[in-house]
Amino acid sequence: QGGGSAVIDMENMDDTSGSSFEDMGEMHQRMKEEEEEEAEGEAGAGEEEDGEFLGMKGLRGQLGRQVADQMWQVGKRQASRAFSLYANIDILRPYFDVEPVQVRARLLESMIPVKMINFPQKIAGELYGPLMLVFTLVAILLHGMKTSDTIIREGTLMGTAIGTCFGYWLGVSSFMYFLAYLCNAQITMVQMLSLLGYGLFGHCITLFVTYNIHFHSLFYIFWLVVGGLSTLRMVAVLVSRTVGHTQRLILCGALAALHMLFLLYLHFAYHKVVEGILDTLEGPNMPPFQRVARDIPVVSNAVLNTTAKAIALTL
Amino acid sequence: FPGLADVSISQDIPVEGEITVPVGSHSPDEDYSTLDEPVKDTIMRDLKAVGKKFVHVMYPRKSSALLRDWDLWGPLVLCVSLALMLQGGSADSKDDGGPQFAEVFVIIWFGAVVITLNSKLLGGTISFFQSLCVLGYCVLPLTVAMLVCRLVLLVGAGTVSFIIRLIVVGAMFGWSTLASTAFLADSQPPNRKALVVYPIFLFYFVISWMILTFTPQ
Repeated sequence: QGGGSAVIDMENMDDTSGSSFEDMGEMHQRMKEEEEEEAEGEAGAGEEEDGEFLGMKGLRGQLGRQVADQMWQVGKRQASRAFSLYANIDILRPYFDVEPVQVRARLLESMIPVKMINFPQKIAGELYGPLMLVFTLVAILLHGMKTSDTIIREGTLMGTAIGTCFGYWLGVSSFMYFLAYLCNAQITMVQMLSLLGYGLFGHCITLFVTYNIHFHSLFYIFWLVVGGLSTLRMVAVLVSRTVGHTQRLILCGALAALHMLFLLYLHFAYHKVVEGILDTLEGPNMPPFQRVARDIPVVSNAVLNTTAKAIALTL
Repeated sequence: FPGLADVSISQDIPVEGEITVPVGSHSPDEDYSTLDEPVKDTIMRDLKAVGKKFVHVMYPRKSSALLRDWDLWGPLVLCVSLALMLQGGSADSKDDGGPQFAEVFVIIWFGAVVITLNSKLLGGTISFFQSLCVLGYCVLPLTVAMLVCRLVLLVGAGTVSFIIRLIVVGAMFGWSTLASTAFLADSQPPNRKALVVYPIFLFYFVISWMILTFTPQ
């Protein structure tokens, strides 16, 4: 019979059907109305007969459904509380509150070293710019890897690129934050992430240019000038926030070394080495380069040796 | 209220009526009434919805049909077909083929999720799945570009074919970006549109790059 009436006949209720969680949400409202009626019904039945309720089956079924209903409610409440606590992206919202003009200004500022190091410089704790720069670096790296026919034995091109860039950004930021904590520098984690992220702007420019124009001397010029400028900026900002000569030296040395070496690594490990670059370097002792597909670990040693020789020759 | 002091029901008006109120029946059969229709109807309805959205992508106008009834069938089909076509294209190595199926799949969905989170964090009014739907559907021009590239590569693999592929992929990349911008940028505050457009540009750029550098074995 269709349940078309709001008055529920207790005797016709289906007691033996098990309570199912899927029905709980819908039956919850009806349950409330039923409870009141059945409470009256049971009270009445209990008065009439001593040990035996009139609707024994009705009592068990109703109890079971009540318990299931309560469990459903508790579970739902817990799940929604956990969800709103952990999956709340509003925690990150303040770090993305920027205007395009601000982003552009900060990008240009990241190449200009500050002069005033006796007064703590302001660092904007913003994550949009750094995140976009890391993704841009990934895209440029992919382009470089593809054009140099780099072969990755274990893993994929995309995985390597993303792992390298994000690993550098997050890992070096954490390491520098740890050092800053040791050296008593006034900087928070978000500010460190932001500073290092904007420092990648120099890397992006350098790699974008030198992956397309293959001159080693051009790369070295860019490495020194562009990389050096962004490093100087980061170093100056950090120095302005640290007290004490030893601490300043430690922090700046670590940051400068890691930043410049990362650019060097990105260029040589993933870039096609062109035949005849020696025309710019003019060395009689240099072994000829070859355009071969190569494994990454093997080439790093060769790269280090060659770089050392090349630097020695230019000096 | 003096006028209501003597309200009373006179004896000769019977108070009667129906206590039972007809409530809309919630029997399961009527709630899921689409369960009884033939399978062909269900499939055709979904296919028509997907087809309509494809048309909206190819001729982007400011309509809200893509946003209102979002569905993820179209993006899934496009993603799977693009990943299948991109699979295993590489120069000569046995170990590292081109992007594998799983790689393309993960890039597209992970990239779409990142862009959606970014636009939500920048204060967008669009919901998570609506944004995923739009970004997925706007991969359609790039899938068409992939088809064209494969056909061109069947003919030959020289400089001319590279230039043709470059032009085709570039045009489709621009079309994808414009189409998705037309749908997504409206949900942002007006001065932050550039901040949302840039990741979309980067996302479709990476997909275009994968298509352009595809060389069949």
